[in-house]
Amino acid sequence: MSVYEKYEAVIGLEVHIQLLTKSKAYSSDANEYGSLPNTNVSAITLALPGTLPMHNKKAVEFAVKLGLAVKSSIRERNEYARKNYFYADLPKGYQITQDKTPICTGGFISIKNGDGRSKKINITRIHMEEDAGKSIHDQDPTDSLIDLNRAGVPLVEMVSEPEMSNGDEAYKYLTEVRKIVRYIDVCDGNMEEGSMRCDANISVRLKGEKKFGTKVEVKNMNSMRNVQRAIEHEIKRQIDLIESNETVNQETRSFDAVNGTTFSLRSKEAANDYRYFPEPDLQPVIVSQEYINKIKATLPPLPDELFSKYTSQFNLPDYDASVITENKQTANYFEKLISHTKNYKAASNWILGAIKSYLNENALAIEQFSVSPNRIAELIKLVDDGKVSNSVASQNIFPEMVKTDKSPLQIAEEKNLIQQSDENALLEMAKQAVALYPDKVAEYKGGKTGVLGLFMGEVMKLSKGKADPKIASKLVRELLEK
Amino acid sequence: MAQKIDEKLVDQVAHLARLEFDNEQKNAIINDMNNMLVFVDKLNELNTDVIEPLVYMTDETNVLREDGVKQDITQKEALANAPKKDSDYFKVPKVVEKK
Repeated sequence: MSVYEKYEAVIGLEVHIQLLTKSKAYSSDANEYGSLPNTNVSAITLALPGTLPMHNKKAVEFAVKLGLAVKSSIRERNEYARKNYFYADLPKGYQITQDKTPICTGGFISIKNGDGRSKKINITRIHMEEDAGKSIHDQDPTDSLIDLNRAGVPLVEMVSEPEMSNGDEAYKYLTEVRKIVRYIDVCDGNMEEGSMRCDANISVRLKGEKKFGTKVEVKNMNSMRNVQRAIEHEIKRQIDLIESNETVNQETRSFDAVNGTTFSLRSKEAANDYRYFPEPDLQPVIVSQEYINKIKATLPPLPDELFSKYTSQFNLPDYDASVITENKQTANYFEKLISHTKNYKAASNWILGAIKSYLNENALAIEQFSVSPNRIAELIKLVDDGKVSNSVASQNIFPEMVKTDKSPLQIAEEKNLIQQSDENALLEMAKQAVALYPDKVAEYKGGKTGVLGLFMGEVMKLSKGKADPKIASKLVRELLEK
Repeated sequence: MAQKIDEKLVDQVAHLARLEFDNEQKNAIINDMNNMLVFVDKLNELNTDVIEPLVYMTDETNVLREDGVKQDITQKEALANAPKKDSDYFKVPKVVEKK
């Protein structure tokens, strides 16, 4: 047993989620990524004297939406607090946040582990706050450059319980969080652009130990893959320290994506004293049950609900259900498709197969796909009615549907692809085929049923490839077994 | 009884406020702050156990704003009062701690 197996890791994640509002959290300047530096600013953002913040309605709505989506309970009376610290990217000298009254408490995110079982990661809290500006340290030799476009952008911070045990679970948790925020349109979930950011609290302990080990916070991981890498590196680093009788320091470390390691940012021993106190400039926000019900009614079906509907009601394989629910647009397409057909497996096969490869080849998203769901449903019906085979449908008809507005039936007729399913005509062909090889008939009767393919080949030839294979093989078998 | 202000506490508060004082200033501050605490300590003569702290000047709630953009100042105006800047950015002394 390797030394690493003696230990277990305890991981909690703090995810900062930038809300997709038009304006900032407490002022009316634009919340927009990629603008020229210091153009999305206002007197409030710059903390000029005499200014007063006013909270953005949408930010409250989005926080409630997210809370409902992850089954949190929503607090009725919300107050704000000032978290005091001096840093140039926050001109007020404090961040407006929620300290003692987070808008959401409890709730959970389900992740699916490799063995198909799901694990619940509980959520401690979600609170509303504001982002800080951006400091650029590496462009000027003596000074840091400050861009305040991001200062005041509305955020929610979602804090998980320390219930993940490796980088893979953290990766899956973030995948689910991103999926949810995108489904409910509160955040674009883009970790590379920083609209979703994650800090990880990591400690290790011997298996069976009840007490937590010393916790290290890791920051600056700008992709989900990097969160996973940073956690895996950090677990190993901490175990190596303990195994060589050194101590793990409680500190904040930063991830270095180039070599996959972490380095110390600042020691937490002289812990930051944020001197939280109530924010008197913002009146409390009361979230009524009526308001919650109203928001609840606007929530779209969530990926988890759709997944269980597809697997338990429609009997789709887990894999199919997870690909369909990967993003809202695909799920929407599937939902529309199954309002036109009850053949769920066929609907799923089209999305996972021909449609997905067409989109990939043409670098398109499903919302740009030109074939409407009801036309795909017509194509499924054509196959189900035995008019065309599956392979003709995907190889000959589907590519034509992408190019024109013609119905699948029209395409099949024009290209002369309709299967021969007239039993009388097929029976004649089957008789001809059987008559051709009396010796093979004898072989079949002797138990070599593999020769069936030979007769089927003849029927196909006679029908110029259009015989309905199901009916034809039934007829051939009946003749052979007479 | 109010907390006693000593040099250690002044250093700590000064650090949090990113301020620096020489010894003479510190002594004056210790004196001033102790006086303030004695003054404020007067309030402790009242029993406030059952009284909620007063945070807001009114009972108003849900003072919220519609999510609309209103751009009041330009980049040039934003940077106008900065002691140090270039054409796009505020410039501040480097404070990042890196190994």
